Amino acid sequence: MVDSKKSWKAWLYLSPAIVLLLIFTVWPIFNTIRMAFLENYNFYGGMNGVTFKFGLGNFMQVVTYKNFVTCLTNTLLLCVLTVPISTLLALVIAVCLNAIKPFQRLLQTIFFLPYVTNSIAIGMVFAAMFNMIGTAYGTQNELIVTSGIINNVIEFFGGDRINWINTGSTKLANMIVLVIYIVWNALPFKILVLLGGLQSVNKQYYEAAKVDGTSRLRTFTRITVPLLSPMITYVVITGFIGGFKEYSSIVGVFGDDMGPTGTNKPLNTMVGYIYDSLRNNLPGRASAAALILFAIIFVVTMLNLYISKKNTHY
Amino acid sequence: MTQQSIQTMSDRDMQKVNVRQRIVKIIVQVLLYAFLIVMALIIVFPFYFMIISSVKELAEYKLPVQTLWPNKIVLYNYVEAFNTAHLGRLFMNTLYVGVVSTVLSLVITVLTAFAFARLEFKGKNAMFAALLATMMIPGELFTITNYQTVSNFLGLKTLGMQMGSAALKDMGDWKNSFTVLIVPFLVSVFYIYLLRQNFLQIPNELYLAAKVDGTSDIKYLWKVMIPLALPTLISITILKMMGAWNSYMWPLLVANDEAHNLITNGLRNAFTTTAGDVNIPVQMAAVAIVSAPLFLVFIFLRKYIMKGVSRSGIKG
Amino acid sequence: MKVVLQNLTKIFPSRNKKANEEVIAVNDFTFEIPDGKLIGLLGPSGCGKSTTLYMISGLQKPTGGRIFFGDDDVTELSPENRGIGLVFQNYALYPHMTVKQNILFPLQNLKGADKMDKDVMLERAYQAAKLVQIDELMDRKPSELSGGQQQRVAIARALVKMPKVLLLDEPLSNLDARLRLQTREEIRRIQKETGITTIFVTHDQEEAMSISDMIVVMKLGVLQQIGKPQEVYDDPANLFVAKFLGTPPINVFAGEVKGGKLYLGEDAVLDVPGVDDRKVTVGIRPEGFVPAENGAMVCNLSNVEVMGRDVSVVSTHPASLNPQIRSIVDADNKIADAATVRFALKPHKVFLFDAETEERIRF
Repeated sequence: MVDSKKSWKAWLYLSPAIVLLLIFTVWPIFNTIRMAFLENYNFYGGMNGVTFKFGLGNFMQVVTYKNFVTCLTNTLLLCVLTVPISTLLALVIAVCLNAIKPFQRLLQTIFFLPYVTNSIAIGMVFAAMFNMIGTAYGTQNELIVTSGIINNVIEFFGGDRINWINTGSTKLANMIVLVIYIVWNALPFKILVLLGGLQSVNKQYYEAAKVDGTSRLRTFTRITVPLLSPMITYVVITGFIGGFKEYSSIVGVFGDDMGPTGTNKPLNTMVGYIYDSLRNNLPGRASAAALILFAIIFVVTMLNLYISKKNTHY
Repeated sequence: MTQQSIQTMSDRDMQKVNVRQRIVKIIVQVLLYAFLIVMALIIVFPFYFMIISSVKELAEYKLPVQTLWPNKIVLYNYVEAFNTAHLGRLFMNTLYVGVVSTVLSLVITVLTAFAFARLEFKGKNAMFAALLATMMIPGELFTITNYQTVSNFLGLKTLGMQMGSAALKDMGDWKNSFTVLIVPFLVSVFYIYLLRQNFLQIPNELYLAAKVDGTSDIKYLWKVMIPLALPTLISITILKMMGAWNSYMWPLLVANDEAHNLITNGLRNAFTTTAGDVNIPVQMAAVAIVSAPLFLVFIFLRKYIMKGVSRSGIKG
Repeated sequence: MKVVLQNLTKIFPSRNKKANEEVIAVNDFTFEIPDGKLIGLLGPSGCGKSTTLYMISGLQKPTGGRIFFGDDDVTELSPENRGIGLVFQNYALYPHMTVKQNILFPLQNLKGADKMDKDVMLERAYQAAKLVQIDELMDRKPSELSGGQQQRVAIARALVKMPKVLLLDEPLSNLDARLRLQTREEIRRIQKETGITTIFVTHDQEEAMSISDMIVVMKLGVLQQIGKPQEVYDDPANLFVAKFLGTPPINVFAGEVKGGKLYLGEDAVLDVPGVDDRKVTVGIRPEGFVPAENGAMVCNLSNVEVMGRDVSVVSTHPASLNPQIRSIVDADNKIADAATVRFALKPHKVFLFDAETEERIRF
């Protein structure tokens, strides 16, 4: 619109951002790729001018490493479990919230509360809720002082207490705790986005459906969900991206052990693996794992977009 | 049947349907509220548990069946938590990092967003597209190299080691400093994007009008753009502060010493064990103290947080 | 302050790099705007009138040509140094400032010797506000004002610097019909009171005709005609100008000149001495038709609309290039309810144009 004679001014305004981006964003992209392809790369060797062989060694190490396979399956499992559960639950809650008038604001605020939390700190709360105090070795001599609030509830309904997170707990029990925590943590954002989407849907569609005598269920499946599909796609994609980067929730519940006390990180994830490699001065391996993570996220995102495009009819 | 009797019958039918519809509607509403209230209780329960546990005596907490309301309310868990975890210093560290990085980040974001929204320069669109593309890359990918960068900035540390110069070595090694916690995250592409969108909504004519009146770019930015984009700037401020409050991995890697510990790491370091026979009331008190500022901010600035978050999907 | 445009040209580089087509928004404009007049830049959208205005304001730099304010060449000056006031189509009021702050804003930018005391600024702001009659609204925000009031604030903001030239970009297009009438008289009054050379852009010919001292008609970046509204209306330079001015619009026919007579189809409607035999396009103003029993032009009557003082006669004619002919005749004329109606033509309301170039052929 305006003839700008002073494009140097624009560059002046941009310069701080450009300098920082070059150092902390652009350079890392190239360098991380470079490190991934330099076999057995490590920081100190790099400093002393040692040269490394170019090749796929880091990637081979990563994929054949048993711990990595555990990390990958844990990550995938958490994604596959938490994303559908939280999306569906969020959708139902959002639809219900959208259907009420009094207290809508208040309830909406309550449902948003888990968002404004520190995932490590609240992870500790979840750990405490599932924690048993006592000695539970799965033997006859176990001595339970208190079995935790969740087990109290289970016992109240006549069930047996479960060792959720303590020594000797099963991976299944651990996973259930994590899924509950992650879903709890993921709900607010999804409800917020979906409710926002619902509120922006033109009321006339619903009125038209009402006049035609469409049942509630049919209105939901044939009108609400299709009209909401862009938002659903959005929360699913961001959910998967978040799920693949899952790490701090597990640290929150289980601590740096990434599992019940005395185990060797049975619940570690991709991101955890990357950080472990980094802390063990294996940046080449960390880079390779990060690239694999990026590839997975990229493919899953594209797949999601493709599927949602196919199912969006307008 | 006479015309009239048909009339009355259909009237009665309508009334019946009407009553039935009303009943169904009421039942549906009751079910909706019941479901939502149950879900809301589940959502808030962890917070409730945190608070009641934090004011219980350890002996009461260890009762076989947990009490839903403390028999005796004590506050000494808070004192102990505060002292064990050195929460005072953690607060100050986190506040310092949060405030400094927020202020600097806002300045950079505003200038960059302004350039992208209002100025013309070569390669603008290509550059903006490239910026957006970096948002797809997981942060961990940057972390690896950034860890290397801050450990040995521009190779200065290696150079210092080779030349035996301690000063040079220190210049290259940023670890265990506040700088390393602040500088790498000053530029957020997402915030630039958010603010640019907001700036673009401001009609270009305002800029032209200001130019006709001889307003400088900076004055226009300060007097017109910033006031108009204030809600977005507040959202950015809050998200940035929450980021400092919740950051865990990067500080753990590069500044996990006592002098520079941030709140999350400090909390984790103080309470390494979460399961087994640990003093949970003290842990819960610590968690409550750490969570309190977030809740306070949320209560007062809910609107801005929810607005910013709904467009981001990024936590913190 | 007299404004002179000399060979003014603006070429926009093509947006689509592959097509590599440049857009000539303003093509070799030369005209002079006398001091203290109200000038309407008139043309359909995309004719380059806003670009011309922006070049006069300094917001856009011309590709070629010069601009003079009085005797000073201002072509290279930046907007703030030209001493202009500009009112935007959507007013461009700062939404977060009160009316007073909006009007004060340009004054607060003045630096050095021009810098004013707070009191002086406030007095000037109130003067400007009084002039446009919004001095009661000084503490409101723009969102609390009606469209017409916002427009006045925008004008006050433009006037407060006491500009040498006031520029208005489509000042009335965002207002509803009633306000438009009122505001255009208001603009006329303000211009007369201040005596500032004022240039405004519009696509509405009625608006331009009603208040301008002079109108400049443009089409696709090319100047078509410049003159007093009535002169341009009565003596259009080409078919475009003739068609663009006037409500209802001019009636257009395909005609032929043979032996000094103008033929529309079979009817020899007018003597046109001195015009060679040729095909022509004929424009006849609606008021150029006089119903007459022995009129030369025979039309098929479709409809008669009585509008009080006037009667609008709708008819058809084989030579007409429009589906209908609309003529406005005095209500004293009784139009018989018959299949045809005969018209005599007022020669000065009939314009001949070259069928190819559409340029005016005078007779």
